[in-house]
Amino acid sequence: MAALEELEREYERAKRDQKFQKRLESLLRNYAGRPTALSFARRLTEKLGGAKIYLKREDLLHTGAHKINNCLGQALLVERMGKRRVIAETGAGQHGVATATVCALLGFECVVYMGTEDMRRQELNVFRMRLLGAEVRGVESGSRTLKDAINEAMRDWVTNVRTTHYLLGSVLGAHPYPTMVRDFHRVIGREARAQILKAEGKLPAAVIACVGGGSNAIGIFYEFIKDKKVRLIGVEAGGRGEALGEHAARFRGGLPGVLQGTFSYVLQDAAGQIALTHSVSAGLDYPSIGPEHAALRDTGRAEYVPASDAEALEATTLLARTEGIIPALESAHAVAEVIKRAPGMKKSDVVLVNVSGRGDKDIGIMRESLNLD
Amino acid sequence: MPLSFYKKPGLVVYVTCGDPDLATTRDVVLAAIEAGADVIELGVPFSDPVADGPVIQRASERALAAGTTLAQILTLAAELRQQAQSTGLVVFSYLNPILRMGMEKFCRVARHAGVDGVLVTDLPVEEAGEYLLAMKENDLAPVFLAAPTSPDERLKRIADASRGFVYAVSRTGVTGARQQLADDAEKLVRRLRRVSKSAVAVGFGISNAAQFAAVGKFADAVVVGSAIVETIEQHCGREAEAVGDFVRALVGPHPGRETRG
Repeated sequence: MAALEELEREYERAKRDQKFQKRLESLLRNYAGRPTALSFARRLTEKLGGAKIYLKREDLLHTGAHKINNCLGQALLVERMGKRRVIAETGAGQHGVATATVCALLGFECVVYMGTEDMRRQELNVFRMRLLGAEVRGVESGSRTLKDAINEAMRDWVTNVRTTHYLLGSVLGAHPYPTMVRDFHRVIGREARAQILKAEGKLPAAVIACVGGGSNAIGIFYEFIKDKKVRLIGVEAGGRGEALGEHAARFRGGLPGVLQGTFSYVLQDAAGQIALTHSVSAGLDYPSIGPEHAALRDTGRAEYVPASDAEALEATTLLARTEGIIPALESAHAVAEVIKRAPGMKKSDVVLVNVSGRGDKDIGIMRESLNLD
Repeated sequence: MPLSFYKKPGLVVYVTCGDPDLATTRDVVLAAIEAGADVIELGVPFSDPVADGPVIQRASERALAAGTTLAQILTLAAELRQQAQSTGLVVFSYLNPILRMGMEKFCRVARHAGVDGVLVTDLPVEEAGEYLLAMKENDLAPVFLAAPTSPDERLKRIADASRGFVYAVSRTGVTGARQQLADDAEKLVRRLRRVSKSAVAVGFGISNAAQFAAVGKFADAVVVGSAIVETIEQHCGREAEAVGDFVRALVGPHPGRETRG
């Protein structure tokens, strides 16, 4: 609790500190490559024959996904707190890579926890982290995926709390993480809203994003929450079936519960044990969901739908062949939803899709599933 | 009955219920009581025991594989209460299994089973409003954890909210036996005594008679968990006997452990 309170105090101070904000903005611009492009998906729009599709290109950000927005922010806080050791959990490895990246940039020791199943399916990212100087520790317990990595990172943190900062990668965990991580990602929606107004002179009818922990989604949604006519659609991992254990769609049967310091919707059994989950995409493979998403859903401000493994893989191929963009499997879930939705929308409507990351890390999985060779 | 320590220092024994099965847990607990345990912490296995080291993690996995549930553990508690009238019984669980059962239902059933207290590992005092009400309504003692990193005002909040005793965690870290105990423990107990008159039990890492005696000098009670769970793990088929021997070895050589008035 003391560490959380210290982090909250430091974060509140940093929010009001102009120098901190300027330094963060400068790093986002001159190092990470912000602002990211907003691309009009002309051929995909034509193919689907409905709404005009725009893609927010977080795949173009340094390290290949949106994760670094949050990593840069938290890394600057680590500097302020005078800590020199940073730990993180990672699912698909993008957050791990982004953490290793900022640690190399600022000179911190870096340890990343990753489930051994995820290490196998996201090998490229394991190598990148090690090349960047991070120690990657495989986690063998439980499902050997994201939630197990978080458990191990938390165990490290409580043991080494005086010297170490836990750089949590999504809008999960105890306060202040969900708020702080969301704030560091708000730049996505701020940019996208301004960009779409410039391009089309109006707001989108809908904003679509994939939701694992929920960081890229809340990052793009947040700025639009006040625009009541804009529908906010989160896409969860529909996996390979509807039974508990076959997917990671929290709003398909999840119940309010507490996991890893957060009270939100959790996939669990009747005795309150946390369920195993499945998704072809490591980054969506998590049994709980950021509490702000739970609130948006419960108040009806946002809707959450699943996309299956098969739909995500098909969406990957379609986006690659109509727009020349290979999305991460996570982001492909959002693309899968726009494929379903756009045809039924008016041609004058605009729909915004967050491409939260690029798909290089997923080549191995795509190769197993798509018959191209 | 109220949780108190009649011997100095008291001995609190933690077991993960259902490892390898509930019948063994029952025998192990009775053996521990016979050998000198004053309070038993009935550990409820959880899928994601974030505060636990490898020993209790493994025990939890085995207990869950055997199908152990919170409901069954409360039934076991009732059975134990019949057999051990004066031993303190504390249910030690993560929050989610309790939430799934329902806070009020859990407290009612626990009370009815003769449980004395509850410790919820991942429920900080700041979030415990509903819990404290249900506990009070059912005359159950809430025990909270105090850590070496807790600032003094927080220690006071923790001590004020706790009944029976405060569980002082001896070091920053997770459960697990250690060769060396850091000085964090004694400092923490001193700080607690400055803000509260509650009894203090110290746990995490204690596994032998020398550590028991050393901690017993400044604490009202000593908690032994992983060492017991590991003893169970290593003595398949004669768990109760092994735990009885272990507990006797722990408290046996202790010179000052006479009954308090």
